Amino acid sequence: MTIELIVVLLVAPLIGFLINGLLGKWLKGNEQLSGWIGSLAVLVSLVCSIIAFASLHGGAAPFDETLYEWITGESFAFNIGFRVDALTSVMLLVITGVGFLIHVYSIGYMHGDEGYTRYFAYLNLFVFAMLILVLGNNYLMMFVGWEGVGLCSYLLIGFWYEKQTATDAGKKAFIVNRIGDFGFLLGMFTLFAAFGTLDFASIFEAAEADNFQKVFGASTLVIATLLLFVGAIGKSAQIPLYVWLPDAMEGPTPVSALIHAATMVTAGVYMIARSAVLYNIAHTGEVVAWIGVLTAFFAATIALTQNDIKRILAYSTVSQLGYMFLGVGVGAYASGIFHLVTHAFFKGLMFLTAGSVMHAMANELDMRKMGGLKTKMPITHWTFLVGALAIAGFPFLSGFWSKDEILHSAWGSSPIIYVIGLVTAFLTAFYMFRLIFVTFYGESRVEPDVDSHLHESPPVMWVPLAILAIPSALIGLLLGWGGHESWFHHFTKSVFPEAHHDASGNVILFMVISSIVGLAGIAFAWSRYRERTPSDEPTNALHRLLANKYYVDEMYNALIVQPIKNGSHYLLWRIVDNGIIDGIVNGVGTIIRFIGGTLRRLQTGLVQVYIVSMVLGIVLFLAYYLFFT
Amino acid sequence: MLLSIVIFLPLLGVIAIALLRGLGASAIKGIALVIGLLTFIVSLGLYTGFDTTTATFQNVTQQAWIPGLGTSYHIGIDGISLWLVLLTTFLTPVCILAAWNSVEKGLSGFMMSLLALETGMLGVFCALDLFLFFVFWESMLIPMYFLIGIWGGERRIYATVKFVLYTMAGSALMLVGILALYFQNNNSFDLTTLSGPFEHSHLLFLAFFIAFAIKVPLFPFHTWLPDAHVEAPTVGSVILAGVLLKMGTYGIIRFCLPLFPDAATEFTPLIVPLAVIGIIYGALVAMVQPDLKKLVAYSSVSHLGFVVLGLFSKNPAGIQGSVLQMINHGLSTGALFLLVGMIYERRHSRMIVDFGGLAKGMPIFATIFMIVTLSSIGLPGLNGFVGEYMILFGSFVQGAFSKIYVVLATAGVILAAVYMLWMFQRVMFGTLDKTNEALPDLNAREIVVMLPILLFIVWIGVYPKPFLSKMEKSVGLVVTQVQTEPAVGRAGEQILQDTELALHGTQRAQNEKIEKEAETK
Repeated sequence: MTIELIVVLLVAPLIGFLINGLLGKWLKGNEQLSGWIGSLAVLVSLVCSIIAFASLHGGAAPFDETLYEWITGESFAFNIGFRVDALTSVMLLVITGVGFLIHVYSIGYMHGDEGYTRYFAYLNLFVFAMLILVLGNNYLMMFVGWEGVGLCSYLLIGFWYEKQTATDAGKKAFIVNRIGDFGFLLGMFTLFAAFGTLDFASIFEAAEADNFQKVFGASTLVIATLLLFVGAIGKSAQIPLYVWLPDAMEGPTPVSALIHAATMVTAGVYMIARSAVLYNIAHTGEVVAWIGVLTAFFAATIALTQNDIKRILAYSTVSQLGYMFLGVGVGAYASGIFHLVTHAFFKGLMFLTAGSVMHAMANELDMRKMGGLKTKMPITHWTFLVGALAIAGFPFLSGFWSKDEILHSAWGSSPIIYVIGLVTAFLTAFYMFRLIFVTFYGESRVEPDVDSHLHESPPVMWVPLAILAIPSALIGLLLGWGGHESWFHHFTKSVFPEAHHDASGNVILFMVISSIVGLAGIAFAWSRYRERTPSDEPTNALHRLLANKYYVDEMYNALIVQPIKNGSHYLLWRIVDNGIIDGIVNGVGTIIRFIGGTLRRLQTGLVQVYIVSMVLGIVLFLAYYLFFT
Repeated sequence: MLLSIVIFLPLLGVIAIALLRGLGASAIKGIALVIGLLTFIVSLGLYTGFDTTTATFQNVTQQAWIPGLGTSYHIGIDGISLWLVLLTTFLTPVCILAAWNSVEKGLSGFMMSLLALETGMLGVFCALDLFLFFVFWESMLIPMYFLIGIWGGERRIYATVKFVLYTMAGSALMLVGILALYFQNNNSFDLTTLSGPFEHSHLLFLAFFIAFAIKVPLFPFHTWLPDAHVEAPTVGSVILAGVLLKMGTYGIIRFCLPLFPDAATEFTPLIVPLAVIGIIYGALVAMVQPDLKKLVAYSSVSHLGFVVLGLFSKNPAGIQGSVLQMINHGLSTGALFLLVGMIYERRHSRMIVDFGGLAKGMPIFATIFMIVTLSSIGLPGLNGFVGEYMILFGSFVQGAFSKIYVVLATAGVILAAVYMLWMFQRVMFGTLDKTNEALPDLNAREIVVMLPILLFIVWIGVYPKPFLSKMEKSVGLVVTQVQTEPAVGRAGEQILQDTELALHGTQRAQNEKIEKEAETK
């Protein structure tokens, strides 16, 4: 592996962005070309990623080099540098692999859109930023990518900028993420204060050295890791900052697949896995695990009652991210990242199939207006089914392996967490198959005029679906066979420290329990929704609470957004700024004018008055000297 | 000599325009632009010839001027003023080009004011004699007074009088301070011979600081700024935000910190909270402004709060960040005012509610606006981030004050995204109505105006090293001057402990690194 390879890997999407961004005007007539340029750029990165992976797999040492000095002074150095180890390599393959397929799919999906070249420019820019995020060899580089993907997310959510809801959602995503970034920044400062550098290698080495704990105690690391986790909560949509992700579905569906399912939202998980050494020393993983499992459960309950396909998938993503945090939180870093990988495939696949449905249904998203799509769209149906089975933990499909590993490790950490995770697994299987049955089975409820156009998607769309379906089904088996002795664990062993807990208990027993729970969820969904559509109105208080997503958005709006807005307008601007501060400033002027105006009256211009006052003055002075001195 | 040419070349342009204005509008504009560009090109010589290995003043010229008064024509630049000089010579031709078609009456007067203003500003940044400094400082008020008062908006007279009186109130205090220093310096105004400690240093510090704080403007001295910006013509706003405000922060770094280190240390617990209030308060008030120019004006209050915070962190990273942020703010806020001006010329409104959906009809405008917006909110990869990051990082790791202020200031980063993106959404996104549909996109001249600024926005963001390395030594000197023994009775033992802990941490890690390297060898 050489620096040239990494630079090519990184810069290819940037070049794609520049071509589509700057020459968009000329490419407009030829949208196919624009789409293929974008896809080709990512393909170059994919090839480079494979080369890097092969070299690591062949036993090469991790790559860690500085490209150039960025922000440097006498007492600090922040460089542009890259690190490629097993963890990075896995992320690279996911980003460029899934990314490439989604680019190709987009060629068909975005066909005829006015902003076609702009779309591919943004998408390439996103890949570029995401690559920086995982390639950086220090926290600041990670932060650069972190903010970059946030920007692209903002641009792509609000891609159809004439739609108010879309731009609102984009803005919300950026701002909520910034709240997380606030934690990330402070976390970096804390780390630098303790270590004098932000380079991963130096920090981890110093943290592992015994004398570090003697000098600083673990408290510095506790603060630093928790602050970093605040950043992860924002980016990976966990409680309490998850609210932006469901709204992010306003963007084009391939964007939801790539950014809001497969790659960007998993950045928080990557960050914690990357900082595994620190979390192990600080013992803050427990906080991560709890936030993760609670988010997983909470989001799954919301998903139960939604009727918008993409929203169900969005809440499902929030929930699955919770699983990943649960995994890395209990110290099963490899398992968490393993779930990240399988999830990227099956959730990316499900979003793309949802896009395929939308494509056929004139952008309809309400599954109550679907039903019986199985016969009209067989490939879409089958591929979606593969994804749903994978996420539901159907035996031997990919989700089964990764989720089971996480639950197994959770048991070793805390049985309560395990139980919540297991219940969530049941809910997941249920809501996913509720979606399947209502959308693809039963009688068609499609409006007649839409029905006449109902068709399977073109090859440029369904081929990526078919390709993605293969790893969604099999990758778990390939990488995860053997549990903690699997290929994936071996490959990533060098990156992650030993976990705290011992993975005790009968592995087979855990697998059986998980399988039963998943199948039960599917069965329950079958019994309820095989021939029934969801009711339009919530039937009871709990249902209403869930259907309205616990009123969290309303609460944030009433408790945070409105008070800040009104307080700034009326209190700060009108009263403090215009009233008090400017009042004092202008008041000084008024007082001076007033004094001047008063004194002016003395200057009457009558000589007699002047003489009288002069004489009076002399008399007063004389009196003073005569009687008081 | 080179520096004198840079300073007075614009004045030559003023004379040339005065003599040749009979030749018509295009000649006037041509002369102004040529002079502006020429000044910039000549000033590049200052950059290329700059010696980064020393902190002392370079390109120094000293000529007897009024010997009886103890004042001389003494100019020179260091790694700090170099950048402000270049910022000034860069922005002036940009402004001349931007004002190409927008001045309807009194074109020659306008261009003459602009060029005279340039000389005044350059003089302020180069003067090494307190008297000379004061002369430039005051003389620059006159052309600005005309720019706002003649070519401004409806309430221009109110705004320009407020601006001038407010600044002069501060200047009066500074004049007293300058005279007090004169008498303590063997009846000489020479800055380079000044060395403390001075008598009544606390009062002197305040005399200078209040003058500069008004200029910055530091909360609560900021209310002249929104009025001045709203009424000023576009290029007036650009110069005002881009360069004039920097004279305040430049004054702090040139006079307040090195001359009165004890007083600076003692007043830090008072000034830093004001800076942090400015960051958050400015952002919150900016958020609710209905007028685009006012929004940008209040955002300046917020941004300059960061600069003041960095200056009083009194460590290399923080102060370097502040100096860089002065340039950044000049570029990005200057660009914002230019863009607001371009849209005002088309629509004759600056009210946010009047717009919406412009991205559809004016894609080039929207793209440039987006990049500048991102620069302003500190997106990594663009200039704003580097400055802000260094300020916050320096303040947190080695700052001479409690970390809680840094935490609050960092929260300002969230608010910046709120007010800028909300504004952007309301102006650029949504549906396009009939009136706005007719607005043409940027023309070639306007793109030429914006491109150089965009170039620097990206350059500083991606590769700030040329900028940082030039200022490193000079900032280092200021740091050593201001980091004297802590004064007696300094409030807050905690602050000291914090600093020590942070320094200790850095030191420790470095020591370990050295040890380890030694071991491996």
